[in-house]
Amino acid sequence: MTNINKNNEKVVVTNLHKYFDHIEVLTGIDATIYEGEVVCVIGPSGSGKSTFLRCLNKLEDATDGTIIIDGFDITDKKIDINKVRENIGMVFQQFNLFANMNVLKNIMMAPVSLKKMTKEEAEKKAMELLERVGLADKAHAFPGELSGGQQQRVAIARALAMNPDIMLFDEPTSALDPEMVGEVLDVMKELAAEGMTMIVVTHEMGFAREVADRVLFMADGVIMEQGTPEELFGNPQNPRTQDFLSKVL
Amino acid sequence: MDFSRVFNEAMPFLWDGLRVTAIVSIVSIAIGMVIGLLICLMKMSKFVVPRAIAGVYIWIIRGTPMLVQAFIVFYGIPLLIQLFTPFRMDATTAGIITLSLNAGAYLAEIYRGGIMAVPKGQSEAARSLGLSKAQTMWKVVLPQAFKFSIPSLVNQFIITIKDTSILAMIGLPEIVNKAKTYVGSTYVYFETYMVVAVMYLAIISVLMIISNYIEKKLKYEGKKKQS
Repeated sequence: MTNINKNNEKVVVTNLHKYFDHIEVLTGIDATIYEGEVVCVIGPSGSGKSTFLRCLNKLEDATDGTIIIDGFDITDKKIDINKVRENIGMVFQQFNLFANMNVLKNIMMAPVSLKKMTKEEAEKKAMELLERVGLADKAHAFPGELSGGQQQRVAIARALAMNPDIMLFDEPTSALDPEMVGEVLDVMKELAAEGMTMIVVTHEMGFAREVADRVLFMADGVIMEQGTPEELFGNPQNPRTQDFLSKVL
Repeated sequence: MDFSRVFNEAMPFLWDGLRVTAIVSIVSIAIGMVIGLLICLMKMSKFVVPRAIAGVYIWIIRGTPMLVQAFIVFYGIPLLIQLFTPFRMDATTAGIITLSLNAGAYLAEIYRGGIMAVPKGQSEAARSLGLSKAQTMWKVVLPQAFKFSIPSLVNQFIITIKDTSILAMIGLPEIVNKAKTYVGSTYVYFETYMVVAVMYLAIISVLMIISNYIEKKLKYEGKKKQS
């Protein structure tokens, strides 16, 4: 992709370690992600991909190391994490739409509650976003009435309603029936084309190859290898990468 | 069988008793729901002190019979206060205090169960949007927890309503107390207590109808909402 701004570091991760009890899940991650960049994180299950992503908006606390988002060190306890999170959208594997609200309320809730928009502005924005993900007719449906693919598109719209400048995707298509994967990936492709900074943990190698500016291959809690999709898929250097790709491609 | 006699002679008393039962129940349930929420949030706090207070409260209330609590509130505490200042407590006040403290302890645990039943992803999604812990609780977790809690809540409401009859022992002029007075002079035990039983059944049936309605109303999944 073309619109990467190398002068603006959106995410800078230095020597990130994460323990769950005594198990070290992340064993020292360094990564810099620039404005407008689309980074896909691939790797076998248990390699720490999701944990890494969840550390970036502090859903998991880093055990050691620093994570700087938009210039804010979120490992610093004095930083108001809620403010930082307003600029980081997140999309989950299980969608996590608020079950007690209809689609419209799901999207409007955060901007209104956090006083980013009035009710009218939020509703207008929500309808625009629903239009964009092709679900304007579902505004008054409840999450339980939607298919997985529809729910995930709403979840993307909900994250976008806060006008984030970074979007995190945690295996957004892994819980979907195969025929619904495409509709979600299409929305994500569109978002990438518009220049959104995106970090995507995924098993969709086709998506990574087509859309990513850079692919990170993780195993055993570290980034084993990274490069453009051409480099990583076309000519992987690390034996672990070669082994993994030979199994999934 | 002489129901007509009971209807003629006892009904006026029993209606008075029913009113007391209803008022004491409703007020106690309302106060108990607030106490319960407070205690529940304290028990789920990450700080030790509120957690300990909530734990001790639930432990004492659940660990002692309500009749004993009522005696302590009605007879014991006024004596204690009278050491310092003239003080009287009427049976209604004592009854409401006892019942709401009691309901509060059980409701706290019911809420806690409901909160724990809300999938973790719901609060993660809210936090990821920038909502604070408190906002996440009020807007996302508690509404869903409340829905999960309804069957147990109704159960507790029913217990609280029926427990008002225990308060006859401190002289609360509720249905059973009134009935006792009436049969004491007339000996029409069977008919009078049958009428009392039907009255309880009626109140609780109304409660069940209301709760079924609310439960249907809150069943958002698979239901279109007009707005």
